[in-house]
Amino acid sequence: MNAELLTALTTFVLAILVGFAVISKVPATLHTPLMSGANSIHGIVVVGAMFIAIEADEPVGYVLSFIAVAFGTMNVVGGYVVTDRMLQMFRRKPAAPAAEKAEA
Amino acid sequence: MELSVLETLVRVAWVAGAVAFVIGLIRMNSPATARNGNLLSAGGMAVAIGATAVFLAFETREEGLNVAGWVIILAGLALGGGLGLYTARTVKMTAMPQLVSLFNAVGGGAAALIAIDDYLRLSSAPPSLQVNVATVLDILIGSITFTGSLIASGKLMGLRITPSRPVMIPGGRLVTAALVLIVVAGAIYLWIPNLSVPVMLLILAAALVFGVTMTLPIGGADMPVVISLLNSFTGTAVAMAGFVLDNPVLIIAGALVGAAGAILTKLMAGAMNRSVLNIMLGGFGGGEGTVGAVSGAGHSVRELGMDDAAIQLAYASSVIVVPGYGLAVAQAQHAMRELAELLESRGVDVKYAIHPVAGRMPGHMNVLLAEANVPYPQLKEMEEINPEFDRCDVALVVGANDVTNPAARKPGSPISGMPILDVDHSKAIIVIKRSMGRGYAGIDNELYGNPKTGMLFADAKAGLAELITAVKAL
Repeated sequence: MNAELLTALTTFVLAILVGFAVISKVPATLHTPLMSGANSIHGIVVVGAMFIAIEADEPVGYVLSFIAVAFGTMNVVGGYVVTDRMLQMFRRKPAAPAAEKAEA
Repeated sequence: MELSVLETLVRVAWVAGAVAFVIGLIRMNSPATARNGNLLSAGGMAVAIGATAVFLAFETREEGLNVAGWVIILAGLALGGGLGLYTARTVKMTAMPQLVSLFNAVGGGAAALIAIDDYLRLSSAPPSLQVNVATVLDILIGSITFTGSLIASGKLMGLRITPSRPVMIPGGRLVTAALVLIVVAGAIYLWIPNLSVPVMLLILAAALVFGVTMTLPIGGADMPVVISLLNSFTGTAVAMAGFVLDNPVLIIAGALVGAAGAILTKLMAGAMNRSVLNIMLGGFGGGEGTVGAVSGAGHSVRELGMDDAAIQLAYASSVIVVPGYGLAVAQAQHAMRELAELLESRGVDVKYAIHPVAGRMPGHMNVLLAEANVPYPQLKEMEEINPEFDRCDVALVVGANDVTNPAARKPGSPISGMPILDVDHSKAIIVIKRSMGRGYAGIDNELYGNPKTGMLFADAKAGLAELITAVKAL
């Protein structure tokens, strides 16, 4: 086993522990936005897709990397926007329900 | 290994992105900071993607500009970004779980495509063992997530080819066993090591089929757990793609989401007092013979008229609403809020009791009610609201079933030990329900036989509308 792999595995294990620690504290009320937010984070895969796109040099590679970039971007953009829409509704709640009604 | 200045800066930007993801998730702990946390996370993502683009531009400078590569990247960003933005902006909040599931599918698909592309590029020798293992796992998990999430999304939409009820596949166990055999044999063959594109494609095909056969037999009510699990899978697949490409930010973000999804899945399954394995194997919702003998079917139920129900509610001093899956299905949350506001204007104290698994996604009910402009402080979690049922005049159960069944407190029932809302502690109970049909646990609800309980047989939306009219007429 080389040092680079060990570093990567260390990072992997520590990130898993951070994931456990961070989520255990979130109240059930926010589970849906949380899941949606976490869903957007794995859209980071688009970074990997960009790497394979720039290295593509034949048709199969072009097609696969194009789909991968498009999929990854959809995951990122859609995920964050829909999460923001949800949280926006939560945030203005505690303020003034009366003003809310007037607005609607 | 000495890094160039540029590569060092890009790696620092990736770490900054990862830090933003973690802090963003931490800030999701409370509704007050959650939106800010999500924006921070999005900012981290923008930095990571931007830094990657700059890096690729400079790194490939000497070899000449790779026009095709840049066209692909920019077109992919535009198409994916446009589709994501449009669907996320236009989706209705009730349809949001299927959209999140769809985004999850494309994320998993992208992760699988990276490994496939990387493998096809190999010409002579098989990759090093760690890349080989990561490639197979990435293709396997990413593909299962891709088709599994698409099926889950289709089930939530109620498409005809993917009905929300459990669909039993003839010889399902046999098919599963065959698929597992193909994957295991293929993985061992590749890891020996051998370089074989056909075997890789065989594993890919088996994984794609497995995603379908795994998700189809699961009933609609279990979808929150399934979506959460698939979300965790995608995170893991992305981490594997990180190992394939030797990219630290994919490893960190993927592992973070994988772990977060796993915890959430366990919480959800726990709230239904079932194991994740039990849910994934299906068969609980649809099976007949598995249910233990629970008496209670013999109890006579008392049917309530609309006017009686309206009087009970309007002259109560406190009402606790228990919304469930049925309310979400009937899209009755706006009618629910209207009734609650009407009661409040008459001086009734109204609160909502939210069971952790109410809705089609963890916490979905909170989002639906928040969207219907229900003030956030009125939404109470189970531990908080349960003691209040003792002082409550009327509990109004709309479309919730198993989470209110007192049988869960006694041993010998399939739902024994499941945390429930103490609805039976309130002075009177009104249940709006379409029929005496059972919940997904397939057992009778003892609550309905309780002498304090009155049943209103109606669709949640229509029933609430009639109740509103009846209360107004008082």
